[in-house]
Amino acid sequence: MDKKIDQEQVRKVARLSRLELTEAEVEEFTGQLGAILEYVEKMNELNTDGVEPLAHCLAVSNVFREDIVEESLGTERALANAPQQDGEFFRVPKILDGGSGA
Amino acid sequence: MGGPVEHKVIVGLEIHVQLCTRSKMFCGCAVEFGAEPNSRVCPVCLGMPGVLPVMNRQAFEYAVLAALALNCEIARFTKWDRKGYYYPDLPKNYQISQYDMPLSANGFIEIPVGGGGTKRIRIIRAHLEEDAGKNVHSTGGFSQVDLNRTGTPLLEIVTEPDINSGAEAKALAVELQRIVRYLGVSEGDMQKGHMRFEPNINLIVTRDGTEYRTPIVEIKNLNSFRALERGIDYEEQRQLDEFLETGQVMESGNKTTRGWDDERQMTVLQREKEEAHDYRYFPEPDLVPVELAEGRLNEIASRLCELPISRQVRYVKEFGLSEYDAGVLTGERATAEFFDRAVESGGEAKRVCNLLTQTGLKIANERGCGIGDLGFSPKGVAELAAMVEAGDVSATASAQILEAMVETGKEPRVLAEELSLLQKSDAGELEAVVEQVLAENRQAVEDVTAGGKKSKKAMGFLLGQVMQKTRGQANPKVVSQILAAKLGGG
Ligand SMILES: [Zn+2]
Repeated sequence: MDKKIDQEQVRKVARLSRLELTEAEVEEFTGQLGAILEYVEKMNELNTDGVEPLAHCLAVSNVFREDIVEESLGTERALANAPQQDGEFFRVPKILDGGSGA
Repeated sequence: MGGPVEHKVIVGLEIHVQLCTRSKMFCGCAVEFGAEPNSRVCPVCLGMPGVLPVMNRQAFEYAVLAALALNCEIARFTKWDRKGYYYPDLPKNYQISQYDMPLSANGFIEIPVGGGGTKRIRIIRAHLEEDAGKNVHSTGGFSQVDLNRTGTPLLEIVTEPDINSGAEAKALAVELQRIVRYLGVSEGDMQKGHMRFEPNINLIVTRDGTEYRTPIVEIKNLNSFRALERGIDYEEQRQLDEFLETGQVMESGNKTTRGWDDERQMTVLQREKEEAHDYRYFPEPDLVPVELAEGRLNEIASRLCELPISRQVRYVKEFGLSEYDAGVLTGERATAEFFDRAVESGGEAKRVCNLLTQTGLKIANERGCGIGDLGFSPKGVAELAAMVEAGDVSATASAQILEAMVETGKEPRVLAEELSLLQKSDAGELEAVVEQVLAENRQAVEDVTAGGKKSKKAMGFLLGQVMQKTRGQANPKVVSQILAAKLGGG
């Protein structure tokens, strides 16, 4: 059976997710992820001709909340579990080139 | 080589507009500018495990309303997706956005291009997404992060590359700001980052009959109209220079990202990781889709109003206002509606326009309020305009009366009397004054009747004398007529 995923793909996905993996981990996860994909592959055995793709697994739509302000945590509680803080801010490693911006 | 070189700049815009909901898009935290850092956050917008986002109805309806105004087709079925995002200003490690089923697509926006004309810029899509927080850069190897903005609803609008100059991009931005303010879906406050622009820019260069396309550059996060215009103008020149020097053309993968350095007024190349655009979208399992029923869509559509650009064109065509005045009046919906009501109440359009633009808006700006908050009514302004039209008060006096209307809330005619600003238009009464002036100024009368060079000046002198005798309360038009009749032409 051909491999579902190779080590290079695992390294790439790890990089995209800002995860640092050891060589041993890359090998381990390649095997595990491959097994998962193989398992999911079983779905392909089903005949899905004429079946509309689902946008969501629940047959529910239009769940809204009204635009009402509720109480927030507040700065002290929000920062309580932060690994590092700097006054009222979360403290994180410097971001290059301001790279963010949603 | 050699040969004359022609070029055309091609720009597509990606725009983020902050919608003015009270609470965030998927949680109840307040959307509040300038609050204490990290005070308006909760487990949902902090991306803590096990929480469930719930869509803000108002944000969705605002987005649909804006998309309708942008002439978009509204999807009757739309869903949410996760977009991979690994920066600390959005701690979930993904941004909730819309990928393959955006809430709207295929629209356009008309922008003014001078001379009363408009240009149509096509819109590819407009969809909803959540904003990230703010990185506050600090010294050392660390940044400070404020997550108050995280989860604020944004409308992302993507245009076709139909824009051909920095000025056009700016015109579009200004027009969009007017539209979202008209609709009341965004405050469109640039200072607060309510509108952010990312232009994609390249050139078509023609040399010796061959067309070359320069590599595309995206400028990130421009948050003022000026930076948008200048950034594009700068890139136009820079890319032309670069092409002439290197001959480099567009290829897949050679798009680059640049930032705008406002101090040096130039774009600067940004270093980006190669996989930065591998967003790995997938359907958001925590949010169910939205199905928009016909009735609901119609209900939202009923909240549309006449948009600024069509109003502006109407004011020029129907009332003969200058393009500049029409632009000022349509700058804000409240001003335009006030103007419309004053005209409907019988005010002559140009007079009403002058009163509002030259005096009303000046006072409103000084007080930091709208024209409708100054205490005078559209009907009052219409009445004042009619008084000017009838010659009861001079244009100068009308400004003074309008100011007094703000101070006192009284009717224009009452104020004109109280302030002794009523002009005398009664011909019989004025005739007596004219007779007296003529009798006292024999030389001037002779000069007028002699005709020639001195005639006009002498006529002006006599008019001035009448005005002085009536302490400025005579209607100069009527006085001129009487003078002309008595002196035979003039
Ligand atoms: Zn929240």
